[in-house]
Amino acid sequence: MTVSALPPPRTPRQLLDDDFLENRGRVLELAAFLDRLDRAAAGAPTRDFRLLALQRALRSLATDPYPRVDAIHAILSDPGTGPVEPGRQTATGAVAPEPEEAP
Amino acid sequence: MEYIDAHAHMISRTADDYEAMALTGCIAVCEPAFEHAWHRQSIGGFLDYFRRLTDAEPRRAARFGIRHFAWLCLSPRRAEDRELALAIVARIPRFLERPNVLGIGETGLYRGTRNELETFRDHVDLAIDHDQLLLVRTPQLEAKLRGTRLIVETLASDGRVIPERVLIDHVEEHTIGMVLQQGFWAGITLHPHATASPQRAIDMIERFGPDRICVASGCDGGPSTATAVAHFALAMRRRGHPDTLIRRIVYENPAAFLGQSPRFQIGHPPDRKPRRRPADRHDEASEPVAAGHGG
Repeated sequence: MTVSALPPPRTPRQLLDDDFLENRGRVLELAAFLDRLDRAAAGAPTRDFRLLALQRALRSLATDPYPRVDAIHAILSDPGTGPVEPGRQTATGAVAPEPEEAP
Repeated sequence: MEYIDAHAHMISRTADDYEAMALTGCIAVCEPAFEHAWHRQSIGGFLDYFRRLTDAEPRRAARFGIRHFAWLCLSPRRAEDRELALAIVARIPRFLERPNVLGIGETGLYRGTRNELETFRDHVDLAIDHDQLLLVRTPQLEAKLRGTRLIVETLASDGRVIPERVLIDHVEEHTIGMVLQQGFWAGITLHPHATASPQRAIDMIERFGPDRICVASGCDGGPSTATAVAHFALAMRRRGHPDTLIRRIVYENPAAFLGQSPRFQIGHPPDRKPRRRPADRHDEASEPVAAGHGG
């Protein structure tokens, strides 16, 4: 359900006219980034938690309904509650596995 | 269009940035205490920083016709060190009467540990004891959701806290709802990688409405744009929003929140003269410096 507190001032056509090219570029940047990772990995699959999170986010982007940005945040966020332990790694942009879970 | 940048770390910026902000309509900047790329090595270093925020930086801003206001605290980046936190919190009150100090901030959480939470509570106590506004930063990136929940729960469960006197900053789509729902102000900073682009900020305003939302550059020494609020205003105009709504977001809303402090006065040109009084100089000079406290 696309609830909006303010009426959107632009029609879908106007938004596409304004912002399609910018977002077309973003998709190509993302594709090129994933290709770059593949070349760097030289055929060996990369299991980095950030890449796995990005792949989950891309699947969500293709299939989840509005609001997609909330679904992506959920994938990229620590779902826990309460304080964290002092030595925990943060500011990586995705949820790092606990040390015992690391491959 | 005139605007107020409600969150800008101007000591990390150049005179050219001040000039660009003035040229794009900025009439006031609000600078929260923080720490970027370097840990201050002594308590004296923090006090010197507070003096700069409350003395030198207002005069630097005034050269460009911009009013400068400050928030004071120990940055959450250093909040794990409880000994340091208690030492700094004990010394902040002497600065709260400075003419450009709006309140306590940007306190909050960095990683979200128990010690950070205790230090955050110390700052909340400080704000309440001295009748100050609170500016609260939320953790970045993957830690934001958990940290924001912790902050909102902590503040909402404290019966002394008046929500409309608190701005919770760096909100994103997954945290703005819980902040507004509890009656707090929500701050959106325009850091494209760490928080939000102008387009996403506008999306949040369209989804959640314009009430109790402020937008700021959050500019600092890292990748950021001093004129980001002006870019945001232009993006709103390009999307077809009326100037009355844009002005509400970039001027009236921050003025309404910040105006709860009697020190937030923007009705006349800023004073370029030094603000230090002889008594202040004596007080600062007599401050013992605990050299070597590495935090």
